Amino acid sequence: MTERIFTRAMGIDEASGARRTVEAPFGHALAALGAERPEIVGMTADLGKYTDILPFRDAFPSRFFNMGMAEQNLVAAAAGLARTGFIPFATTYGVFASRRAYDFVAIAVAHSNLPVKIVAGLPGLTTGYGGTHQAIEDTGLMSLIPGLTVIDPCDATEIAAAVRAAAEHPGPVYMRLLRGKVPVVFEPEGFRFEIGKARLLREGGDVGIIATGFMTERALDAADRLAALGLAAGVLHVPCLKPFDAEAVQDFALRCDRIVTAENHVVRGGLASLVVEALHERGILRAVRRVGLPDRFIECGAVPTLQKRYRITVDDIVASAEERA
Amino acid sequence: MTLPANHPPESADLAALAARALSMRQHMLTMARGPGQGYVGQGLGVADVLAALYFHELRWDPADLAAPDRDRFLLSTGHYSIALWAALAEAGVFPLSELSTYGADDSRLDMSTLDTTPGVEMIGGSLGHGLGQAVGMALGLRLAASPGRVFCELSDGEMQEGSTWEAAMSAAHFGLDRLVALIDCNGIQADGAIVLDMEPVADKWRAFGFETEEIDGNDLAAVVAALAATRQRAGKPHAIVLRTRPGFGIPTLTAREKAHFIRVDAGEWDALAAELDREGPRHD
Repeated sequence: MTERIFTRAMGIDEASGARRTVEAPFGHALAALGAERPEIVGMTADLGKYTDILPFRDAFPSRFFNMGMAEQNLVAAAAGLARTGFIPFATTYGVFASRRAYDFVAIAVAHSNLPVKIVAGLPGLTTGYGGTHQAIEDTGLMSLIPGLTVIDPCDATEIAAAVRAAAEHPGPVYMRLLRGKVPVVFEPEGFRFEIGKARLLREGGDVGIIATGFMTERALDAADRLAALGLAAGVLHVPCLKPFDAEAVQDFALRCDRIVTAENHVVRGGLASLVVEALHERGILRAVRRVGLPDRFIECGAVPTLQKRYRITVDDIVASAEERA
Repeated sequence: MTLPANHPPESADLAALAARALSMRQHMLTMARGPGQGYVGQGLGVADVLAALYFHELRWDPADLAAPDRDRFLLSTGHYSIALWAALAEAGVFPLSELSTYGADDSRLDMSTLDTTPGVEMIGGSLGHGLGQAVGMALGLRLAASPGRVFCELSDGEMQEGSTWEAAMSAAHFGLDRLVALIDCNGIQADGAIVLDMEPVADKWRAFGFETEEIDGNDLAAVVAALAATRQRAGKPHAIVLRTRPGFGIPTLTAREKAHFIRVDAGEWDALAAELDREGPRHD
């Protein structure tokens, strides 16, 4: 009899075990930034504990507003705060920020290019709570809103840097959040995050893996395994779905025989769609294998079970990279 | 900073305010003639409230629209833009000659408000947005230790949006006593007479923690007095339930079938304008 695996409550860590981790990188980065910039305020909709923003609240209690379970009002009030000179970082889960508060993000925030930063927990398959909590199509939805920057960071280092970049960016930002113990993939020393820029991590050859979010960590592990199998695999990390660094994607693809995309999101409307569009624009013909989530709601279950079942593990990237067109 | 420190004054010149309201109604007819139809009914209904705000209660300077400590007026019902353009033009924010461009291509005076027009504090029109943004502004002004107050107009139909009540709960929770909700109850919404009963309106706002008054929104003296009462601060947000009549000031329009989007025949405009002039300024 196989071991029975149970769905865990909110708060599973992203740590895979292979890399060192940092606790609550978002909240600590925001608190550090808050000390430098008094115009930064924190907000949440009854998910402060589960979105790692409590370090900011503890440091600046008068600059923190818990709006209760009211995501429309979270975003509307954030817009009002922005209009009085503040830079709100508002946290909730991705499903609520996108599906429930969409009109407010579009009209109250993005239409006026207000500096509201939405930080969204439980991206893709990082919770076992099923379709109600798994934000599987959030970056697609948010990327359709004119003027909204959309970021899916890879690790603790990038989260901290992206928080700073988001605060400096004059317009609105939607950023996916990895919470709890978050792996360190990128060396923090000298790390810079530039909105709209892809990051070449490993030069390609036989296959180029284009990844976003935590799938980039898996892409790097997959590339190591592929190298052991005799395949030269490159990795291009694309943390910004919008603005999308089409040029970096095109140039990378030109140096690879075939492409694998990897995202913790439905493949339609996400990274894979953007990559295919970018390649076609320059007439670059490469086979594109898409690792990501299917066009369906996903059941409850333990996160490792779901990630295996829906094929977003290192094994799945390796398998896709091995397939020939 | 050009905002007068002693504003608003203790007593109001009702005759002067009534003249402003009449003048704004005349501007609205000028605007509505262009498209030949529009939200002139709603605009005429709130003319007295906007006159009392822009020419008495609000601390603001038409020549310094971005003054950080200004009082803000948020028009949540963007389709009432005709009334806002009338008030802003009357105050000199843009020239009266521009009024005839209302609703025309490339005009700044859109049929529904965008914040690209000077004097507009938020994008209205997606109903249920105003009060939440007013809450955020009131939180921000308080955090900045500003004396600025926030007045947010919303409509009876707009109370059907759940976000309005999310905002109301938070306004009371945060004790935003420099926030004033102005609920325009004109009894109409897009499908005609109010389709989902919202009564008792004042009781709802009281239950949500608002210091609430209910008045005739076309009684200028009552409007001025109710606005003055909101200067009292006791840790609670304010609500004024305004009973207004669409088309007020022009009996022919108030008598017309209660319609969200009034249609006026091309030949009627001169007669309506004459009727408005005959009615004259009203503040009794």
